[in-house]
Amino acid sequence: MALNWFKFASPATFYPIAGRLIPVFWILTLLLLAIGLYWGFFETASQLGGSNPQKEYYRIIFIHVPSAWMSMWLYIVMVAWAAIGLIFNTRLSFMMANAVAPTGAIFTFLALWTGAFWGRPSWGTYWDWDPRLTSELVLFFMYIGYMALHSAIDDTRRADRASALLAIVGLIMVPVIFWSINCPDPNQCAALHQRSNLTRIDGNILFSMLTMTLAFWMYSFATTFMRLRGIILTREAENTWVQDLLNARGRT
Amino acid sequence: MLRVFWCILSRDLTLAMRRRTDVLTTLFFFVIVVSLFPLGVGTESKALQIIGPGVVWVAALLASMLALERLYAADYEDGTLEQMLLTAQPLSLLVLAKIAAHWLLTGLPLVLIAPLVGMQYQLADSAIGIMMLALLVGTPILSLIGSIGAALTLGLRGGGILLSLLILPLYIPVLVYGAGAVEVSQIDLADTQPYFALLGAFLLIALVFAPVASSAALRISLE
Amino acid sequence: MSEFFSQGGFAFFVWGAYGMVALLLVAEILQLRAEWRTIWSRLGRLTRMRDSGGTE
Repeated sequence: MALNWFKFASPATFYPIAGRLIPVFWILTLLLLAIGLYWGFFETASQLGGSNPQKEYYRIIFIHVPSAWMSMWLYIVMVAWAAIGLIFNTRLSFMMANAVAPTGAIFTFLALWTGAFWGRPSWGTYWDWDPRLTSELVLFFMYIGYMALHSAIDDTRRADRASALLAIVGLIMVPVIFWSINCPDPNQCAALHQRSNLTRIDGNILFSMLTMTLAFWMYSFATTFMRLRGIILTREAENTWVQDLLNARGRT
Repeated sequence: MLRVFWCILSRDLTLAMRRRTDVLTTLFFFVIVVSLFPLGVGTESKALQIIGPGVVWVAALLASMLALERLYAADYEDGTLEQMLLTAQPLSLLVLAKIAAHWLLTGLPLVLIAPLVGMQYQLADSAIGIMMLALLVGTPILSLIGSIGAALTLGLRGGGILLSLLILPLYIPVLVYGAGAVEVSQIDLADTQPYFALLGAFLLIALVFAPVASSAALRISLE
Repeated sequence: MSEFFSQGGFAFFVWGAYGMVALLLVAEILQLRAEWRTIWSRLGRLTRMRDSGGTE
């Protein structure tokens, strides 16, 4: 298998591939959303027992947990592409990192928003300076900082590389920040957020939660590729393959 | 190697001493911000003792961040920075010297003025001592992390406000433990030890990595 | 049906959370489509400019 991976690293090769993949990801998103939402609303109990019974509002879990997972996962994906771009100097990786950032920021905001709407009925407050909430807020600032730095620099090459370095520094700092918020007093640690333990979750709830996570993941693929195609076209506007594409489109 | 370090350090200090107002502006910014809070939240001594450590640290964060813009700006404008990139000396060493000079000019004055600010907030003598020590360990970390952001935003329009967006979230650990140490010292002095251990660890890690990251950022910004 | 929408009295919280998710995701899609059209029309303008003023 002498597959040349760098061939796919060329924007001209990847542009049509992404175009063909986008509809596939949209269909998968809709399918998974339909299954996840149906299961979440109609196949799960309306009340959960335990020492702190959760009523209908626990259904927010089907969007809250997937958004929170995606927000963190997309940041890792973004940093990975940024790092690959810095190491191998491939243009497409930087474009990929760029395309991921807005979707990641949206999921971070959604994780905070849905968390607030879940926290109000269960904790009695929209916001608490709990470690996970605060770290998620910091993650949101990181996404905003990445996008702000990139858009502030006019020279594309410098913008790509500078924001890539910032994203990597951010990834190193996030655990330190999380830990410092988690443990403001090194003599003792405490947190309001319950520890998560997937094995203790009811099967039906777990099923819809994971389905929704997959749906959000496919959604991220679709939007990222859509944005990526836009970025490729804008940056490669002077290349002949874009001109050919334009001519072909003009004729039909 | 060490000679280069001293050379850059003394050069930056001499240049700054020719324009003393820059140093004083940062210092007075710090004092003014800290003095405004009691006017806003009330002057009851109990309340002041509670918010004091946090306010002093946030003001220190802002003051050191505002001064960051000047870290590379002058050298960037007159081309000295490009010359530094071309020298055979390791760039991170030069960067470290510049950061050290920057800290001596903006961080150290904050440490020295801390007793005055502590008195404004009715802090006990021991708490003031702890605050000075915490600032002494913490402000170099601020300069070190901040230099990465300063290098990334070099020569950009509206770089200052962008810099705050990039750097302030990264200052959180220093803020948490710096202010925490002073707060805890009001209860039990012995409890402050782990705070200083953590701040010291952050300082060492930042000393190793921040100059490397800053010089990488400078190369990106200047190529 | 109305029982479903009331979500056991927690309609505001459940639909507030789901509503924001739907709103933002749809907004992102619409924004991407608008951006896509802008890019194509700009590319078209660029080529037309090049074709008409190609003598320079």
